[in-house]
Amino acid sequence: MLEIRNLHASVNGREILRGIDLTVNAGEVHSIMGPNGSGKSTLAQVLAGRETYEVTEGEIRYQGKDLLEMASDERAREGIFLAFQYPVEIPGVTLNYFLKAALNAIRKHRGLDELDAVDFLALVKKRVELLDLDERLLSRGVNEGFSGGEKKRGEIFQMAVLEPRLAIMDETDSGLDIDALKIVADGVNDLRNDERAFIIVTHYQRLLNYIVPDYVHVLLDGRIVESGGKELAIRLEEKGYGTFATSPSVGQPVA
Amino acid sequence: MLGTKTPPQTDRYDSEFKRLEKESSGRGLLPIRRDAFARFAELGFPTTRHEEWRCTNVTRIARTPFELAGRDGVRLTDRDIGPLTFAESAGRRLVFLNGQYVPSLASVDSLPDGVRLGSLAEALDTDPGAVEPYLARYADYSDDAFTALNTAFMTDGALVEVPAGCTLDTPIHLLYVSTPAARPQVSHPRTLIVVGAGSRATIVESYVGLGSGSYFTNAVSEVIVAEEAVLDHYKITEESDQAFHIGGLRLHQHRGSDVTSHVVSMGGALVRNGIHAVLDGEGCECSLNGFFMLSGRQHVDNHLRVEHAKPHCNSREFFKGILDGQSRGVFSGRIVVHKDAQKTDAKQTNMSLLLSDEAQIDTRPQLEILADDVKCTHGATIGQIDEDAIFYLRSRGMSEAAARSLLIYAFANESIDGIRVKSLRDRLRDTIYARLPQGHELRDAV
Repeated sequence: MLEIRNLHASVNGREILRGIDLTVNAGEVHSIMGPNGSGKSTLAQVLAGRETYEVTEGEIRYQGKDLLEMASDERAREGIFLAFQYPVEIPGVTLNYFLKAALNAIRKHRGLDELDAVDFLALVKKRVELLDLDERLLSRGVNEGFSGGEKKRGEIFQMAVLEPRLAIMDETDSGLDIDALKIVADGVNDLRNDERAFIIVTHYQRLLNYIVPDYVHVLLDGRIVESGGKELAIRLEEKGYGTFATSPSVGQPVA
Repeated sequence: MLGTKTPPQTDRYDSEFKRLEKESSGRGLLPIRRDAFARFAELGFPTTRHEEWRCTNVTRIARTPFELAGRDGVRLTDRDIGPLTFAESAGRRLVFLNGQYVPSLASVDSLPDGVRLGSLAEALDTDPGAVEPYLARYADYSDDAFTALNTAFMTDGALVEVPAGCTLDTPIHLLYVSTPAARPQVSHPRTLIVVGAGSRATIVESYVGLGSGSYFTNAVSEVIVAEEAVLDHYKITEESDQAFHIGGLRLHQHRGSDVTSHVVSMGGALVRNGIHAVLDGEGCECSLNGFFMLSGRQHVDNHLRVEHAKPHCNSREFFKGILDGQSRGVFSGRIVVHKDAQKTDAKQTNMSLLLSDEAQIDTRPQLEILADDVKCTHGATIGQIDEDAIFYLRSRGMSEAAARSLLIYAFANESIDGIRVKSLRDRLRDTIYARLPQGHELRDAV
């Protein structure tokens, strides 16, 4: 589904990603772990098409297409979803309105009929319950005055409504208490299937107790320094990122 | 005004005034007309050296030889005005063409007993005693050339009188239509609204241009709200692209009255809304709201003066504007708290969204507080579209144009939401959507 080859990306002339290689197949859950400043969020944003980052080298193929040729909205319509680390507040547009406009943009792109208000509401109601969100949030401005936890659950709620093929979660676990974490994890696990892939960017192993990944990659200094199974996350939790201080050969599993 | 005066471009109004003087000889209004015209000639058109006109240049108005507008040769049918009216005001509507009342287009068959809704000219003819205690008694022309000019030339407009203790459950609509002529014309529509004690009413004034071409609407509305009365007032300007609109809105509130005003400016080359509210009784609530959306070289100036003359009154000003192209907006809001007006609570908010590098907004809050136990606040924000928000929306599949449009719409929505007449609100939403790239798709998506 996704193939990243030798990806280099910079912001304001400073190189953040320094040669990433990563392959994600449908049905897989990959976790990208790394300390602050390692480039995790940059990778997530580059995949979603943030124009602040300049890709200087390498390529990304998504479902056989050149992802870097696509604008962020086109990527979304092709099934990529980014759950933001810091969801943006948009006063004046209700979550309901926004999500319906987004969903219909995606459906139209896929050649599906646009949903009317009744069908949309039915769809949304189920997802609201799944994420244990207050239904009234739907008629508030997007993320406006939401608590930190509500914002994060709101992202997964949007994901559940938009049903992406490749879901990228950028530190969705940060700032969540254990109950909210479980709700988010349940929401994600509910969406797991053979056709959908996940990239979960996180600093801590905690979330991975609830969303068990197929692969774990350690990102350090803009490179993947080690890849392994879920046990790698546990090792990281015990020993920290210090053991990876010297970068071995790029992109090759060390273990 | 400062010492040396520019050549009195007021001269060109002399001959028209002399003719009007003759026509109105023997009428009660004549002394006021004469006084107002003399004042207009003394004041002259304001220049940007005038403190109250610093950001709005009316040279183009002063220089244009406008002729007094008339209805000659212009025919307006129900079909023309259909799109300009709204269902809720059926049976409570007056239509004016180039400043003059058009009886054939009026619809006044759904009025409670005692409510007077009709042409001001007719009232001045048949029952001047009903009008004289109010007309030109509130809209001060001593320091305002345009109000003076209107007062000198006012011949027609709307009279709305709601008796005490009367509740009007649907809005009254005063529709002022202008049709540009071969040569530029000026009209001086005058509106007098008197809401009796304990009454409730909703009144919509709309100023619409049909066709393109230069003309000048010099409007003045006087609104007197008696004790404990509640009024929702709307003034919507959708003048033609090359039109000038100078509008004075004078609100006078008595004890315990509650006025909500919305001034929405969607069209015109140059629009000035001079809003002057006087809270002349204890316990008044006054909420003044404004919205404009400009492009090209449009210029809109919202010039507010809220006077707290008595204690225990609350006033709120909430003005928003969206500026694109090389447009220019002005917000100047003066709050005056008189010496005895203790426990005044006045709040002023002005928010602007700039969509281009060349658009410009001037915002000038001014507080004049002579009482010592008051709460007055003001806040102004000027911003651009938030690029983080754009990325957020695009990451959900919305095109860049749709995302931008949605954010602009969101900014406007806070103002539009406050409009309580549903079809007016829907119509304004449609107007806004129509001006946004992919706006129709956005509207259809919801």
